[in-house]
This record gives sequence, C-alpha cells and structure tokens, in this order.
Amino acid sequence: MASDVEPLVLKSPTLRWIEHRLPIIGFGYRHLVAYQTPRNLNYWWNFGSLAGICLMLQIVTGVVLAMHYTPHVAHAFDSVEHIMRDVNWGWLLRYAHANGASMFFLVVYIHIFRGLYYGSYKAPRELLWMLGVVILFLMMATAFMGYVLPWGQMSFWAATVITNLFSAIPLVGESIVTWLWGGFSVDNPTLQRFFSLHYLLPFVIVGVVFLHLVALHTHGSNNPVGIDLTKKDKIPFHPYYTVKDMFGLAVFLLVFAGFVFFAPNVLGHPDNYIPANPLVTPPHIVPEWYFLPFYAILRAITFDIFWIIPAKLGGVIAMFAAVGVLFFLPWLDTSKVRSARYRPIYRIFFWLLVVDCFILGYVGAHPPEGFLVTLGLIATIWYFAHFLIILPILGKLERPLPVPESLSTPVLGRGMAPAPAE
Amino acid sequence: MSRILRSLAALAVAGVLLPTAARAAGEAVPPLRESWPHHGIFGTYDRAALQRGFQVYKEVCSACHGTKYLAFRNLQALGYSEEEVKAIAAEYTVMDGPNDQGEMFERPARPSDRKPSPYPNEQAARAANNGAYPPDLSLIVKARAGGENYIYSLLIGYEEPPAGVTVPDGMYYNKYFPGHFIVMPPILQPDGVTYADGTKATVAQMARDVTQFLAWLAEPKLEERKRTGIKVMLFLIVLTGLLYAYKRRIWADVH
Repeated sequence: MASDVEPLVLKSPTLRWIEHRLPIIGFGYRHLVAYQTPRNLNYWWNFGSLAGICLMLQIVTGVVLAMHYTPHVAHAFDSVEHIMRDVNWGWLLRYAHANGASMFFLVVYIHIFRGLYYGSYKAPRELLWMLGVVILFLMMATAFMGYVLPWGQMSFWAATVITNLFSAIPLVGESIVTWLWGGFSVDNPTLQRFFSLHYLLPFVIVGVVFLHLVALHTHGSNNPVGIDLTKKDKIPFHPYYTVKDMFGLAVFLLVFAGFVFFAPNVLGHPDNYIPANPLVTPPHIVPEWYFLPFYAILRAITFDIFWIIPAKLGGVIAMFAAVGVLFFLPWLDTSKVRSARYRPIYRIFFWLLVVDCFILGYVGAHPPEGFLVTLGLIATIWYFAHFLIILPILGKLERPLPVPESLSTPVLGRGMAPAPAE
Repeated sequence: MSRILRSLAALAVAGVLLPTAARAAGEAVPPLRESWPHHGIFGTYDRAALQRGFQVYKEVCSACHGTKYLAFRNLQALGYSEEEVKAIAAEYTVMDGPNDQGEMFERPARPSDRKPSPYPNEQAARAANNGAYPPDLSLIVKARAGGENYIYSLLIGYEEPPAGVTVPDGMYYNKYFPGHFIVMPPILQPDGVTYADGTKATVAQMARDVTQFLAWLAEPKLEERKRTGIKVMLFLIVLTGLLYAYKRRIWADVH
C-alpha cells in the first residue's frame, strides 16, 4: 500500500555531502514528497496550494511591475500607462497582477469557507486557523495599498475614505490619520509609503504562510469526514496530491487567463482610468469586489450605539470585528464534530452564511438608499449572530449524525453500502 | 486650512456612511447597445474605421481635447506607413530645447513625439470652454461606464430639451449625459469631415468611427492580448486534459 513510504536514500555523494551539512533535501522530501495526506480529500482542498501559487504570481508580476512604476503623484498614473503601452508585455504584467489580486481573494475565500464547512479550525488546528486569519488581514492591507498605487480617482478616494476611518478612534484618531498620511491629506508621502508597504507586506505574508504550513504539517490536513485518520487512510503527498494540485492549477489558470486576456477590466472600476483629482469626488466610491461585504458592514451602522459609540466608530469597529471574530471561531463553535457532513443543522446555517455574505456584497456595491440600508443592517446582524450566538448554541443543541470510526468502517444505519475491504 | 481639511474629511466619510446626495436632476438614459468589430474573443480593430476615426479626431475633437498618451509613432498601428506618420507628425509644432545657446525652440514634430495638447494647461482649457474641462481622450473609452456604447451614444445624443426644461446658457441638452446638460456642443455635423475613402460622413458614421479610434487609443494592445489569449487558452485546455488523464492514472490504485 502506498502509505509505506521509503526513507530518503541519496545516491549522489554531492547531495549526501550537502544533506549532512544542511538537511534541506530531507526537509523537502519529508514535507513535499513523503508527507502523509488523507486519501479522501476532495477538490475543495485544492485551494490552499492555489492560494500559495497566487501569492507567488503576485510577487513575481509585482516585482517586475515595480521596475517600471514610479511612486510619485505626478508620475504614477503616467507610469502605469507607460507599462500598458511601451513596456514589452507590460499590459500582460499589469492585467495579470490586477486580476491576480481578485483571483487570490477568490481562492482564499473558497479556502476559508472550506475550513468553515469541514470544521478545519477545531482542535488541534486552532493556531493554523488563526494564522490564516492573520494572512487574510495582511492580504487586505496589501490589496488596499496596491489599489492606491495607479493613482486613479478610485485609488485616491478609496485611500481617503479608508484612512479617514481611523479618525473615528476617540482622542487620538485625528493624529493617527495625519501620521498615516504623512501630511494633512492623502498626497505624495501617502503614495510613497503605500508603495513601500505594498512591496514589504507580501514578504511578511510569505513568512506567515510558512508558519501556517508548519502548523498544518504538525497535525496534517483535516479531511471531509473530519475525523483523525490512521496511517492506512493516508497517502504520500507525492505523487497523489502533486498531480491533483497540478490539475487544479491548470483549471484555475483557465479561469484566470479568461479574465486577463478577454475581460481584463470587468472586475475594475472605470473611474480608476481617470487620474486622481482631490477636488472632484466620484458619485459613489466603491471598493474592489472582494471588500464589498466588509464595506456593507461598515456602512450598516448608521446610528449611535448606546449613546457612547458614535455611528462612524461603530461602523469601523464592526468592519474590523467581521474579520476579528474569526480569531475566536475555534472556541465559539462548541460542537465536537468537525465536518458539516455529520451536522445537518449546521449545514443549513453554513449555507445561510454564504448567502448572507453574497447579500452583504450586493449591498456594498450599491448606494445605501431605501431598502438596502435595512437589508445591510439585517445581513450584518446575521453575520455576527452566526458566529456569536448560533454557533455556540448549536454545538450544544444539535444532535450530529453518527460519525464513522475510520474511512473504511461503515456507519451502520445510514443506508450506505460498506466500502469494499482493501 | 484645517477647517477645509476637516470638512473634506467629513465629506469623504459622508460618502461612506450616509446615503449619497440627491442624484443630479434627471437620470441619464442607458446608452445604446451597438456591436463593435473589436469586441468578442476574436475581435480585431477595423483599420479603415480607425483611420476615419483618427481623421474625425484630428479635424474636429482635437481642437479642444488632448490625447496625452498618443505618440505619432503609435499611428502606424492604424495602418499608416512610416512616411505617412512622418508627414502627419510634421503638421504639428513642438517645443524642444534647450539648444547650445540655452534657448528653447520650436520645431516640427517627429514620430517619436507625443501629439501636442490644444491648451497649455487646465486653466487655459477651462477659460476657453465656459468653465468646463474637455477631458483628455487617451483613456476615455475605459474611463466611462458603458465604454464604446456610452461614447457613441453621447456623440449622437443631442436633442431638443423636453418641454419645461430650460438649458442653461452655454450648455446643450444631451439624452445620454448624466444630468443632461453638457458644455460640449453638438460638434459632429453632417459632412463635418470629408473622408479620404469616400465614406459618407453622417453624424452616426463619424461618431462610430471616432469611437473606434478612441477605443484603440485606450487599449492599443487589444489585438496582441486576444491573439496571445487564444494561444494560452488552447495550451491550457490541452494541459488540463493531459493532467486530468494523468491524475486519473496516478489515483487508479487509491480509488
């Protein structure tokens, strides 16, 4: 059976010489080749490696773009057009980078919802999950600052709106905003520091991804059944998951290339092809699609909370809490059963949360008028209620379906044919 | 100073937290839905239309609108020869220098030069246009929701205002313009240009041609992008198929 992995034997004396001094070959072998992986992972498990590949693609395209880009308010917009018109394959680099950000978020969101569905955040994987939330935070900061760099109208006004959020902090808010801007408005110092940080943060993400992988490889991947697997239900990462990830990558690249080559601007906003103008505010300022649900949550709080938290601060707190609440998820979900396969009621709430996030996205994309204000508030309340009320109670009340002991033992009474003996 | 800044900040936050201010009087009509030869997976620019559109831009639009990203050398992509491009460039004068005496001087433009703007700066442009700033057209098709359809509709969208609507002095009524009052006059008039290829210069024809020229100007690498894209997609489809077959083979002993 495939699970009996042979120990690494290096034939080449040179490699043995290196391995003796720097055991990097053995490290790669243990973590990329022999690494024991559940044999029942479905295609939703492809999105972790895809996210890693997206990060690499962003770094490679970004480093080359930075060779041609000028972080100065007088030249930034022109330098982007220079990339589009005069740099060899510059259009490809820029479109791949801009759409790559969208693809990265798409992949990561699917990765997160996979974790939610199969309970991948539960013991002993709490830190693995929390490191993932840190990565999400860093990605959001990086994407936001990257969006500012072309210095179009949306760049400028997104920067103005988002940095102004910090002015909601009592007492020190105004000083913090001035400090963030490096002046008294979004201007050249802001653009230059955003460029610097936009170049730095991806490498911080790489570092946290490394920790994410260390945590992952400590207890191994969760799986669709959500039970701890024995050795005979595991297979080596290579060749099984290397080839499966390659196939998944090819499918992903088809989608990615579809956007880059045939619809490179559909995910962007026309206003960002207008150079930044501090004197003209766009009719409505909208963020990129991947921030729309959070934008809806920010705008949902239109009233003072308990007379002590002004509406604006309330909105800012809610927006950050929308991500922050994920940190506590491992303890908010009180159910011992990981996979939603065996949690019939949780499964319904999971899908309601997915629908809720789409509703929030829709609300975030449209001007807050009439019914949408109410809808945004209801969807926001539902979002937090899911994590803070439903999950803690559901874990106590729900009667999960019988969970199998192992992948090859049938669960009696579920009407499933027993798996053939191997 | 800080009051201005604070109110600016408040304005920005109001944009986030409060319902957007009342929309301008009268919703703009959604633009017409035209078909364009450069749309679609295999779409390419119509060179004859691009040349006619360039003629309309040069003879009509460029009196007020600049195209700061258009270098004369780029016009070869429209199907003009190197000699023709040199001749077009030579019709313009650009500032160069300083020379050995330290003086700036004017000279005929060369293909490597960008097309000079009609106004020296935004203030001059506004002063000459009733306070409005004729936007640079280099990216206009990508910078407007609706793209080509919007630009084309706007150019043919002038009409008499509905009863009861008074158009302010120095403005015109345009069905497709947000708010309907536009400073740009209905500049395209029948036979406003004489096309070199004998095409009849109706308003709709000129609008269609110049829109296609502006689409090219906004996205000059569109053809290269789609050509490359088709090769990439074909490669990826084959690769995906092979990897799927390979994956099935590798996994045969696990399933």
